[in-house]
Amino acid sequence: MIAEYFLSLDPLALLRAMPGTAAQGIIWGIMALGVYITYRILDFPDLTVDGSLATGAATAVMLIQGGMSPALSLVFALLAGMAAGMVTGLLHTGLGIPGILASILTQVSLYSVNLGIMGKSNQGISLTQQGLVASSRYVTGDDRVFFFLKLILGCLILVAIVYWFFGTEMGAAIRATGCNPQMARAQGINTNYTKVLALTISNGLVGLCGGILAQYQGAADVNMGRGAIVIGLAAVIISEVIFGRLCAGKKIAFAYTLAAVFVGAILYYVAYALVLWLKMPSDYMKLFSALVVAVFLAVPYLKGRWAVRRRA
Amino acid sequence: MGYMLEIKNIHKTFNKGTINEKKALDGVDLNLNPGDFVTIIGGNGAGKSTTLNAIAGSWLVDEGNIIIDGVDITRLPEHKRAVYLGRVFQDPMTGTASTMSIEENMAIAARRGHRRGLRWGISRKEREEFKKKLAALGLGLEERISTKVGLLSGGQRQAVTLLMAAIKKPKLLLLDEHTAALDPKTAKKVLEISDKIIEENQLTAMMVTHNMKDAIAHGNRLIMMHEGRVIYDVSGEEKRKLHVSDLLKKFEEVSGGELDNDRMMLG
Repeated sequence: MIAEYFLSLDPLALLRAMPGTAAQGIIWGIMALGVYITYRILDFPDLTVDGSLATGAATAVMLIQGGMSPALSLVFALLAGMAAGMVTGLLHTGLGIPGILASILTQVSLYSVNLGIMGKSNQGISLTQQGLVASSRYVTGDDRVFFFLKLILGCLILVAIVYWFFGTEMGAAIRATGCNPQMARAQGINTNYTKVLALTISNGLVGLCGGILAQYQGAADVNMGRGAIVIGLAAVIISEVIFGRLCAGKKIAFAYTLAAVFVGAILYYVAYALVLWLKMPSDYMKLFSALVVAVFLAVPYLKGRWAVRRRA
Repeated sequence: MGYMLEIKNIHKTFNKGTINEKKALDGVDLNLNPGDFVTIIGGNGAGKSTTLNAIAGSWLVDEGNIIIDGVDITRLPEHKRAVYLGRVFQDPMTGTASTMSIEENMAIAARRGHRRGLRWGISRKEREEFKKKLAALGLGLEERISTKVGLLSGGQRQAVTLLMAAIKKPKLLLLDEHTAALDPKTAKKVLEISDKIIEENQLTAMMVTHNMKDAIAHGNRLIMMHEGRVIYDVSGEEKRKLHVSDLLKKFEEVSGGELDNDRMMLG
């Protein structure tokens, strides 16, 4: 029976799935970049993303249906995500609601907002729609090399912008806020302002990712962001476990770290495709995602504990 | 010329109305002349650090006013008061951002009171200035300007924090037991650096300390606090002639009376 199972697995099928897997990984990497900003730079566990991803997707799809060019619709997906992030920031800083709870409140309310934007639980993009920024059709099309180059170039530009921003005075203030808010305030930084700003930027990236993802899969769904935070975290943590040492000490280590987040997202989707290929029921995929994050979070911790025990 | 700092009858009670209610400041009055370097001593819970936190704006006082160089800052949030202040904390971790480099930390301090925009976080000219300032510390830190502060020792971090506190020539420098967490040798070095920075920049400063010798040896004025009030205030010649034994006597005088009361309560 086991032999039968292995015989039924087709290695070529896995290989054929890789381009699509990579494309999805790269697109989700944009979202992971946003998660990196809140989770790592601001030290704020932001669950808004589960809602703002679908908000970006819904915004883009509805605008495309209304006749807007898909590229331009992404600007509004970005803005919609930013607005969501700002709400979380204001709930936290203006009304004193604990960060994680503020983000959950926004996330839950976004479910209704997203339904409101779409009018129902999902909306598709016409199959004949021209000028999509990304589409699963491009992955198998004649221009696939060009498509991947465009996608990678776009992401490198995003990395460059984020790298530049966190090198500016404003970006440095956000980094100081995340690292040591007491020090930041003593140096005249309004930590409430920097927190709202970081959440806004982060969710802008998540909204942008949602818009591109909707174009890629040809539809927006009110549930498409469910568990997104876990995928984002998985990408961030995988990239740190694998590339952490490689990036450290380099001249523009921070830029490498940001780029590594995309690689982390791709690796996550490769693992995901592998598990699907092994005929694990797709119902279990959320469980799989959570396990990946739990394992990768646990590894550095357990390593540290073992090291201590060995010394003792 | 007016006072650099006026503290007028400030009160602060923590956890009001609960079983943990604690009257931390009970009518503190204090005026500092420009250039005063005041050392503050007192027992645990006397209100030394609390006074500094009240000035810095860690929370708002219940009553009274705090005025710096004629500006009433009583109601200003912490980050807005930072314009007038330089601060060094007891815990060397508190004053700097550990994941950022020495130069990045200093650049953040150099922008205290300025709008932080989209210019690059640090300029080439600044980097040279920072190197000069670091070289003056004599700790070799000018060679490690892009090292993450988290990799420095406690003493090195306090030295960097001192530079950051003084970088904008604040109207008032607040040193909150900033050598208490260091070994004696490092503490001495950091105190020397503090003296030097205060003198070179002609700063008005307040230094909380547990060490009576340090309190006598540094500054031009000494105050003792007890139960949220200033109970002793000496300066000039009188302070210079002080001995630790004088302070101990004074200390016993106030807390001794309290002991008697306790005994009476027990009797």
